[in-house]
Amino acid sequence: MHASLPDATTLIGRLAEAIAPTLTADTYIVGIHTGGVWVAERLHALLKCTQPLGTLDISFYRDDFSRIGLHPQVKPSNLPFDLEGRSILLVDDVLHSGRTVRAAMNELFDYGRPAAIRLAVLIDRGGHELPIRPDFAGHVVDIPKHQNIILSRLDDGHLTLSLA
Amino acid sequence: MNLQLTEDGKLHHLLTLDGLPRAILTQILDTAESFMDVGEREVKKVPLLRGKSIFNLFFEPSTRTRTTFEIAAKRLSADVVNLNISTSSQSKGEAILDTVDNLSAMHADMFIVRHSQSGAAHFIARHVAPHISVVNAGDGRHAHPTQGLLDMFTIRRYKGAFHNLTVAIVGDVLHSRVARSQIHALTTLGVPEVRVIGPKTLLPTGIEQMGVKVFHDMEAGLKGCDVVIMLRLQNERMKSARLPSSQEYFKFFGLTPEKLALAKPDAIVMHPGPMNRGVEIDSAVADGPQSVILPQVTYGIAVRMAVMAMLAGGTA
Amino acid sequence: MKIHIQNGRVIDPMNARDEVTDLFIAAGKIVGIGQPPADFHANRTLDASGLIVCPGLIDLSVRLREPGYEYKATLESEMLAAAAGGITSLACPPDTDPPLDEPGLVEMLKFRAKNLPGPRVYPLGALTQKLEGKQITEMAELTEAGCRAFTQADAPMTDTNVLLRAMEYAATFGFSLWLRPQDVSLAHGGVAHDGAVASRLGLPGIPALAETVALATILQLARETGARIHLMRLSTRDGIAMVRAAKAQGLAVSCDVAATHVHLSENDLVGFDSNLHLCPPLRSLRDRDAIREALRDGSIDALCSDHTPVDEDEKQVPFGESAPGASGVELLLPLTLKWAREMGVPLMRALDLISWKPAQILGVVGGNLSLGSCADICIFDEHADWVVTSKSLYSQSDNTPFLNHPMQGRVRYTVIDGHLDFESAR
Repeated sequence: MHASLPDATTLIGRLAEAIAPTLTADTYIVGIHTGGVWVAERLHALLKCTQPLGTLDISFYRDDFSRIGLHPQVKPSNLPFDLEGRSILLVDDVLHSGRTVRAAMNELFDYGRPAAIRLAVLIDRGGHELPIRPDFAGHVVDIPKHQNIILSRLDDGHLTLSLA
Repeated sequence: MNLQLTEDGKLHHLLTLDGLPRAILTQILDTAESFMDVGEREVKKVPLLRGKSIFNLFFEPSTRTRTTFEIAAKRLSADVVNLNISTSSQSKGEAILDTVDNLSAMHADMFIVRHSQSGAAHFIARHVAPHISVVNAGDGRHAHPTQGLLDMFTIRRYKGAFHNLTVAIVGDVLHSRVARSQIHALTTLGVPEVRVIGPKTLLPTGIEQMGVKVFHDMEAGLKGCDVVIMLRLQNERMKSARLPSSQEYFKFFGLTPEKLALAKPDAIVMHPGPMNRGVEIDSAVADGPQSVILPQVTYGIAVRMAVMAMLAGGTA
Repeated sequence: MKIHIQNGRVIDPMNARDEVTDLFIAAGKIVGIGQPPADFHANRTLDASGLIVCPGLIDLSVRLREPGYEYKATLESEMLAAAAGGITSLACPPDTDPPLDEPGLVEMLKFRAKNLPGPRVYPLGALTQKLEGKQITEMAELTEAGCRAFTQADAPMTDTNVLLRAMEYAATFGFSLWLRPQDVSLAHGGVAHDGAVASRLGLPGIPALAETVALATILQLARETGARIHLMRLSTRDGIAMVRAAKAQGLAVSCDVAATHVHLSENDLVGFDSNLHLCPPLRSLRDRDAIREALRDGSIDALCSDHTPVDEDEKQVPFGESAPGASGVELLLPLTLKWAREMGVPLMRALDLISWKPAQILGVVGGNLSLGSCADICIFDEHADWVVTSKSLYSQSDNTPFLNHPMQGRVRYTVIDGHLDFESAR
């Protein structure tokens, strides 16, 4: 355990506060499987968003597919709305290299042409490899390359951050 | 020993469903679920297999099967090349292995193989370079694993589970690679009762050893079934000593609404296509409310995408 | 050439001899056992300490592929391979191209073989012209040319009337007919034993009935005509039972099996290896076990290699399209030894099946080590371990289901007609 890792619920609250002023009626929240969906669900509730929540599984868009193959538990993407001209708030748990976000944006564009995409992450841990930065970050921290931050969901639904 | 799996248990070739663990079958079906919506997007493809070359190697003509593999590959963004070899090099005496070697030299990543000889896909899989995957798209009477999988996908979609089902496979089991793949999949996935129904001349010797119950009487065999799978009866069977006429066959083994009424009221009717209406199946059944024959075709694309995606990844 | 074979364990089934002793050979004959004749000065002494000295093996079916199929194998390569397998006499089926259906062809083959080192070659004559199953051949002329018996080999005999007449004609002269019982129409299109494995693999089947139905016909015609019949390559439990019963009733029939069928079954087909495409097909485990037992109780008279070199191109295709047959002339001895070890059969009894018994069936010299008999001798190390590879085989073809399998027992020297025709490289 890393002593300085903040509480996930607190971070989500902070994130919601930051996002709230920018939220329009035409903003659709889309979470990236698996951790991003958990965060997106909380934000969706906290922000009292009336539009349906979207989920993305970016397995089919990963750039490391030919190295590591297909994720064995791939889940369907679910975007129950038309993306065309909409404002999308893309949500993930941890921003690291930026490759997941790139894959997610590629997938979104295969569904249609959104007017705007903004990115919200629980934690920006540094180590970016692409010109991708969050519009909203619950917490910014520099984590050594060999370590990973993992968001997990306990049986009671509580979200918690850990280092591995 | 198992040609199909890598040392760490991943699928490398798909040649037969015989001997594949339940976990892998389930994984293919689950993966296929995620591909179901790709056909409904604005851009009907995902970039997963971008830059991969897939060769449809058809030594036996089949436009239908080839097309579904082609669509599946294209929805995965792969480059697809179709080769109907029955009409080109084979007649010039070019050996299968020469064809395979030639295509390998063109940096193929995957071969989709259809051949009239049982074991042809095994034969090719044993000879290709280690990075190339082989998908059996039907070999002789032996196996048609993607058809078997799409049938399982269909059954799971309509029936939810396998553990409480009675499934009947009706007709020319002897010559059917589809039936063999279905039987392996059904027994592996835990279907407690798989029946085969047909005249003795169309059931293979020792079929019981594949874990099925044998019926020669359609009425008895259909009783209480949740799923009825009709097999295609090739016309040339009528010219052999195995059957007297298509009329007599239809009378005793064709699926009519009356016979279907013996199965459970919510039983579904499946057929791998193409159908011979009035030979193995009555149009009233084929086009009736219990028929899921058209959805089978749709699911076939998602299932083939799943298979190709699982094979193409992580073996480099 | 005078040879002194020193200190070997001499096993001679015909004379029931099993002792460590010396053999002395001169002018193509065994001239001394234990004691040399007076004034014997060996040109060559073979140290057989720890080795077994037995009669040269007699193989009832070796395809030399001449004339006509030289691309599959040549007389030179296959005669050398046979000698390397300890074989000193072999019967060569007539399914060459053209088939051995006229005296000139038989004489040519004998002439070619005589001028090469290696075993004595005994051609089997074609039973019908071009092996077409229609018109019988000049059996008496062919016998004068050197044919030991008449056979269709694996070619079908569709017309029962022709079979009846052929038996009557052969019986007139006392010639032997060697027949492989397989009903053509029941076997039609099949490539594997019609059973659970072929059903699972979707391979067209050849039912056991194809053998038993044909056997019933052959045995009934043999009773009627009194023809001398040898049944080749039995493969089924029921077929063996029929032959056992016929023998018990006093019918003069003999029979053999191929060494492959003593060890393999339909279960081995699961990987679709075309080297397992054999004729007759590998049958069920039950059938295989019946073969193993019938060899022990004497119901089956002889073991042979049924050596069939097949060109690589004809095996490098899917199972059903491949040419049937296996190369095996160098495996006859180790496969026989393997069976004997697994069944607890004494060596004397096992070697009988590949020496004295087949000598009697073929009606030729050899197959025993009596004083004064021809010096056809095999000397082998029963414990030598080796692996079957295209490199370790002398045969031009390596189409054997035992490729890359370990074997125990290997020939060290083969003496044919008093000459040391083979000596292993070690």
